[in-house]
Amino acid sequence: MTADAAKPVIEFRDVAYRVGSTQVLDGFTLQVEPGEMLVLLGRSGSGKTTTLKLVNRLVTPTSGQILVNGISQDHGDVIRLRRGIGYVIQDAGLFPHFTVARNIALVPKIEGWPEDRVRTRVQEMLQLVGLAAEMASRYPHQLSGGQRQRVGVARALAADPAILLMDEPFAALDPLTRDELQREFLVLQQRLHKTVMFVTHDLREALRLGTRIALMEAGKLVTVLTPQEFVKSKDPWAAAYVRAFGDGLESAANRGAS
Amino acid sequence: MSFLRFLWQHHTDVWDLTLEHLWLVGLSTAFAMVIGIPLGITIAHWPRWNKPVLATANVIQTIPGLALFAFLLPVPWLGARSYRLAILALTLYALLPIIRNTYAGIRGVDASVVEAGRGMGLTESQLLYQVELPLAASVILSGVRIAAVISVGLATIAAFIGAGGLGEFILRGVAMVDNRVILAGAVPAAILALLADFSVGWLEKRLRPR
Repeated sequence: MTADAAKPVIEFRDVAYRVGSTQVLDGFTLQVEPGEMLVLLGRSGSGKTTTLKLVNRLVTPTSGQILVNGISQDHGDVIRLRRGIGYVIQDAGLFPHFTVARNIALVPKIEGWPEDRVRTRVQEMLQLVGLAAEMASRYPHQLSGGQRQRVGVARALAADPAILLMDEPFAALDPLTRDELQREFLVLQQRLHKTVMFVTHDLREALRLGTRIALMEAGKLVTVLTPQEFVKSKDPWAAAYVRAFGDGLESAANRGAS
Repeated sequence: MSFLRFLWQHHTDVWDLTLEHLWLVGLSTAFAMVIGIPLGITIAHWPRWNKPVLATANVIQTIPGLALFAFLLPVPWLGARSYRLAILALTLYALLPIIRNTYAGIRGVDASVVEAGRGMGLTESQLLYQVELPLAASVILSGVRIAAVISVGLATIAAFIGAGGLGEFILRGVAMVDNRVILAGAVPAAILALLADFSVGWLEKRLRPR
């Protein structure tokens, strides 16, 4: 771990982002501690994905500062920064014309690792995410959604970045596969201790995976709570979220019973 | 049968003119690729240029072939050698399908794949060469195929300005009112068009992403 334990790995300082007259993000201040899994929770359009993209500079803030490992990203080398941050998105974003092995090897290869080291790394990664070695020569379209997402995680971890950004990585999966991947990812995280920012609109996922949950609404950070605090929170937005999911669960259960 | 006999008697001529034809088509298509593919990439990345560039290529396409040849004839260096002129005109005609397909091909690449690549730290040129171009290759090649097939037909007109090619047979045949001579130019030209269609089409299929 490169970051000092006392210092936040990612720090947002009064960040705003505007497109034309639309305020996507406003007065956003947040610190992400080393080794934690911070979940950004919020509805569509609340600015979660934008927040994530600010970290790897796919989006440049209108004002404010974002520090990664204590360094402001205003003048830094964007390519360097990105290669040190794993990025997983919904539907994995795998290169359809690359085999699984080449997809996983993407960053090690452009970083100029020697060929044999890349090859062993690919095998390690496949094992790490629970994929058989013979998957290496498959193409993404030959995989199931869950397998693709595993490859996505393997690709993000291949160059061993300290930070992982995950944008609704499990949202498109069926409930069983999602459950499986969430469970495995938790185990993985206990071993790897990456600093993770995880975007989701699913409260259950947030409660299950997050060490802290940052609730967002209309481009603003509402509150940051641990999962335990979140379910008992009196904050109107957090309570509304819990109610929405609680009610949903109840009515679903009722339907099943009748 | 008399046509086949005629073909046999003049097979060296037919062969030479076919090669000349191929040369006109091949070179002009190559030039059009060298100009059109980078232009297509440029307008795919900077959309504000796409209207003017595509409109210009469109306008060129609407100029009748013979008229374009005639217009270019007085241009100093070009007019001196008619094949130069023919290649320039054929290149201009081949531009539109190549630019348009390159543009469409690059724009058609899944945006989330490109963004994932960018987020992983690929440079813009790595994105272009490793992601965008390979994924757009089959669409770009289908533009090249259209351009090549059009060129084979259009190149027969080049004979009217003395640039050679299979059009010479057609021109001569019309003057002599001899169908065999016309066919000696038209049939090989049709075969060339089919071959171009088939061979580039084959490549296109091989490069189609799965």
